[in-house]
Order: sequence, then structure tokens, then C-alpha cells
Amino acid sequence: MRRITGYALVGFFAALIGAGLALDEFRTVLANAITICLSCIGIG
Amino acid sequence: MPHLGRRRWAQIVSAVALNLYVPALFTGSIVQARSKGVCVPVLNCYSCPSAVAACPIGSLQHAFASIRFRISAGELQLGLYALGAVGLVAAFVGRFPCGWFCPFGLFQELVNKIPSRKFRIPRGLNYLKYVLLALTVFVLPALVLDAAGYGDTWFCKWICPAGTLEAGLPLVAANSGVRSQIGLLFVWKVVLLLLFLAWMVVSMRPFCRTICPLGALLGLFNRVSLLRLTVDSVRCTSCEKCDSVCPMELDVRRESNSVECIRCLKCVKSCEAGCIGYEHPLVRRDAPQHR
Repeated sequence: MRRITGYALVGFFAALIGAGLALDEFRTVLANAITICLSCIGIG
Repeated sequence: MPHLGRRRWAQIVSAVALNLYVPALFTGSIVQARSKGVCVPVLNCYSCPSAVAACPIGSLQHAFASIRFRISAGELQLGLYALGAVGLVAAFVGRFPCGWFCPFGLFQELVNKIPSRKFRIPRGLNYLKYVLLALTVFVLPALVLDAAGYGDTWFCKWICPAGTLEAGLPLVAANSGVRSQIGLLFVWKVVLLLLFLAWMVVSMRPFCRTICPLGALLGLFNRVSLLRLTVDSVRCTSCEKCDSVCPMELDVRRESNSVECIRCLKCVKSCEAGCIGYEHPLVRRDAPQHR
């Protein structure tokens, strides 16, 4: 039962990644990651 | 040269691989590579000059901080990609990345090697990370908004000592523009980092156990993930060696799949009776022999 739950979760989260990529979230993550966010590191 | 085990090598290789572009540490800028769009399930600040991948906790906060603005602009972005990236790994191996790949976990283990009297961490503090995960990663970024409709990255801004160590301090040291903007907030972050450093000396992995929202999120899946620890209670001699080596101070025989277990597998290695193993669809170890 636990193993089935594990596989179901793998499928669910793989689908979430797919949905996120379809919504162009990779580009958004990349845009945030290549910008120095001063407030994020406690500056400003 | 001291003998390093497989786990230590994995931690070192991971820390180097995630911070490959070392020259950036001296230029005061951060890497612009496309690989930074990839969320890796460890705490490695993407504002660190040399970082080549994205921190999922930072990405999730950004996603929730801008969720209201994006929806009002007709743009549907809900942080599904970052959440999926963490959840997928968690469903496969639970908190395994904390024990084997997290650079900040490695840092804490190395600092803890400084000789000193060691103290246990009260178990009640373990729950704090769940509160911080809910409040500072999801709720506050999504609900406390500025005039433009943007929220803040509460965990990174007010708490994360990994960000101060890996990003704040190197950028302040190498970038005069950043240095000129230091204020009380940065002083608070440095004080917090120093407090954590002192705590790391006297306790094992205090950040992972009490604060880390990523550890909290990954740990929630330990009970259902495909990687599981197994304990053969019939063969167990109750020598308690497994408990003594556990960096999370767990009662291994009763809490082998607890949300706190970072899957470092030290207990497996330490068990002379060979009664602790692990199972995963891809790999299985039933009865390890003492080495």
C-alpha cells in the first residue's frame, strides 16, 4: 500500500512539474535566480 | 589524509557541483547560466555568486509572493514547477537529499566537528520548522502585499542563515554597490548567522532540525516515499549504537521512517547485528554486515 502511495505521489508531482513547465514557470524561476534579490539576502 | 566515506564524498561533490562557477565569488555578480532555472532539492542560495541552480524554497516564496499580481495580470503561475520538483524527489527518496547532498548540511556537520561540549536539541523545537514553512514560505508571501501587489520572501529575508553565508557575505565583500546598501536588516541576519554558527558547534544540524522549511517539506514524505528504512526487531540486540550515531538524535528502532530522519544511513552502517537495512524499488539492502 505504501509503495502504491509512493508511486502515486511520484506521478502526481511529475504532473505538477509538467503543468508548471506548461505555464512557463521555468522561465520565471530562471529570471528570479539570475537576479540578485537584495531584499532576499537581507540587504536594502 | 583522513578517510572520507561515500556520504561525505557525495556531500562534497554536490557542494562543488552546485557552486561550480567559483570566479564569480570575486566579481560581486552572480552566474547567469540557464541551469539556474533548475530547482534542486537542497538548500543552496541562488543568489550565491557561484551557484548554478535554483533553491526551491526561494523559488516557492517568489511564486507565492507574486501570485496575486500575476493572477490580476491574467498570468496563471502557482509555483507548481518548484513544488513538483521538491515533491517528486521527496516521493522517491524522502529526506535523503538532506543527508547526502545539501551543502548547508555538510557545512553544519563540519562546524560540529569543532571540539566542544555537545548538547541535545529539545524535541519540541523540531515543530518550529513546520510553522516557518507554512508562514514564511506560503502564507505571508501570498497575503502581505505592497502597493503593487507583491509580497516578500519572508524566510530568505528575515531568517535564512544559508543565504547570509552563501550570498549576503560574498556579495557584500566583493560588490561595493551592495555594500553601500547594508542596513539593520543585514546586521540582524549576520547576528542570526553567528548564533547558528555557535549552535552548530555544540549541537548537530540545529538548522535542519528546527528551522529548515525544505527539510520540513521533504520529511513529510518519509513515511510514504519509495525509499524506506527497515529494522529487523527480532535480530536487534538493543545495543543502541544506531541511536548514538544518528545525527538527528532519533530512536532509530522506533522512528526509522520518522519525518526527522535525513536518510544518512549511518545507522545502517553502525549496526553490528545487521538488522537495519533499506528498501527502494531500485536498490535494496536487507542485512548489512559490519565493516
